[in-house]
Amino acid sequence: MNKTLNQKAWFFVIPVFVLVAFNAAVPLMTVVNYSFQETFGSNVFAWEGTRWFKEILHSERFHASLGRQVIFTFIILLIQLPLGIGIALTMPKKGWGVPVCLILMSMPLLIPWNVVGAMWNIFALPDIGFLGNSLNSIGFDYNFTQQSGDAWFTTILMDVWHWTSLVVLLSYAGLNSIQPAYYQAAEIDGASRWDIFRYIELPKMKKVLTLAILLRFMDSFMIYTEPFVLTGGGPGNATNFLSLDLVKMALGQFDLGPAAAMSLIYFLIVLLICWIFYTIMMKDEGRA
Amino acid sequence: MSLELKDVEKKVGIETHIHSTNLKLEKNTINVLLGSTLAGKTTLMQIMAGLDKPTTGEIWFNGENVTGKEVQKRNCSMVYQQFINYPNFTVFENIASPLKITGIKTEEIKERVGKVAELLKLSAMLNKKPDELSGGQQQRTALARALVKDSDLILLDEPLANLDFKLREELREELPKLFEDRDCIVVYATTEPQDALMIGGNTATLLEGKVVQYGKTLDVYSKPENLISARVFSDPPMNIAEINKSGEIFKIEDNNVEWKSNLKIKDGKYKIGIRPHNITTYKEGNNSVEINGKVLISELSGSESLIHFTNGNLNWVSLSNGIQSKNIGEDTKLYMNIDEFLYFDQNNRLVNHG
Repeated sequence: MNKTLNQKAWFFVIPVFVLVAFNAAVPLMTVVNYSFQETFGSNVFAWEGTRWFKEILHSERFHASLGRQVIFTFIILLIQLPLGIGIALTMPKKGWGVPVCLILMSMPLLIPWNVVGAMWNIFALPDIGFLGNSLNSIGFDYNFTQQSGDAWFTTILMDVWHWTSLVVLLSYAGLNSIQPAYYQAAEIDGASRWDIFRYIELPKMKKVLTLAILLRFMDSFMIYTEPFVLTGGGPGNATNFLSLDLVKMALGQFDLGPAAAMSLIYFLIVLLICWIFYTIMMKDEGRA
Repeated sequence: MSLELKDVEKKVGIETHIHSTNLKLEKNTINVLLGSTLAGKTTLMQIMAGLDKPTTGEIWFNGENVTGKEVQKRNCSMVYQQFINYPNFTVFENIASPLKITGIKTEEIKERVGKVAELLKLSAMLNKKPDELSGGQQQRTALARALVKDSDLILLDEPLANLDFKLREELREELPKLFEDRDCIVVYATTEPQDALMIGGNTATLLEGKVVQYGKTLDVYSKPENLISARVFSDPPMNIAEINKSGEIFKIEDNNVEWKSNLKIKDGKYKIGIRPHNITTYKEGNNSVEINGKVLISELSGSESLIHFTNGNLNWVSLSNGIQSKNIGEDTKLYMNIDEFLYFDQNNRLVNHG
């Protein structure tokens, strides 16, 4: 086959290059730029090498917020995945219940994030909030603005309320794509409900669940708006997650160099975990 | 051993999926359910298996009324049109899956799976997962799962429909052999008359939730009780015309085609059914009659040629051997083998038997 070389296709890719440059490459490189330098404002920069990276990696403050972040994300995944799958399994597969359930499930996802934070802030206020007031009136000493345990409880509850629906909708889609013949075949084999879940539903949901875990990991690991409005990272530093801490460092203290270095480390952690996770989950795929 | 449906009827809401059906299947037989989509084949099979309950009527198995008995307790197996296997089990584990709950010893399971795998040419892939196999091998695995336990009833719901042509022919040839020396009743649902003829055994023709005729496959094919059964069991579709008989002269009403026959039936109006392969571009058999046709379209497959033609109000199909190249719009002569005509009375009942 003699094909003439034709490079015209590159021409059509130019708009994409320009777009990606403006919304990804340029801002990212600015951050990289800051992370290696000290700035004193009025565009004066001094080269600092890897100093900020070393400082961040050895800083106790970073370790603490990273630790909080990892625990938070871990708890979120631990609650939302089983809960989401469980709800999806109990949802009706036909009839009028389907649209009702789907709409109910989508509602939390449609509410702007800062509104969610504000809603839960008011809802959980110990004196006038419905949740806070009820808890106190039945004998719990609940105050999320002063007790770190309560602050964690409220933040996790809020996130579960806000995001479990996503897992539900994805799992529901996965479950609905299973042909009825699978259930019949299992029935003929005398499989139990658990067997059906373990050997048919779970393997068939593998792809959507991978997606659900990835999305929930990324979103919860980068959570900012809702805890910012709800607790502001408090009481003390109790709910000071990575992105809250990052913003405090960058815009509160105006330590642009260390904040830039922290952003890059943060970014690399997310990227690395997603890659590892995806590689493991998809190990067996794509052979067929 | 026998499976008997007594006045079985299935209604869903106001729709009747199966009209009152009586059917008796004997042991060691392969029974083909032949009918187009939505004819009720799958529903009928699910009722036979116990996956679905009839609205009214009873199912008897071995002289026992099993109408309400759960499917797990009935010792039956089923193969579907889609390739249904446990996705994260190996082929071995898949084939062994029906045996596990029966409490059979591991060694015996191994032996039985080995035997069935050999029968279905799966021995080399016992350690693979279903998604690493071709469609044909996936369906072989599903078949192996159905064969590994000694089921009394094996239901095959269009098992070849999703396979490509070659795999389908290959597996279709093997199928009757697989069930040859088994002590069970096999039910095979298909939309294709050819499948029924190749598998043999008995055939039940179905239309719109009704069993039209049940009997030995060749009998149903060559002596359809009525026009409906004949149409279900004909692909390409059967050619039908109204005719007039007076004395020895038979005449198609729509045109001037006529022939002589000493068939002993009363004078009057009848319908004839002619299978496409009994209209050819060459004379076949001892008694043939000529018919003129205007070619609508001709489809050549190499070994066969389908010629669609019109004659008066008739819009017919003929099937000849070899390549019979015709141009669209061409006037052509065709020959009908009158010995193979099926005559039906005004109530669509077959009147000639042979």
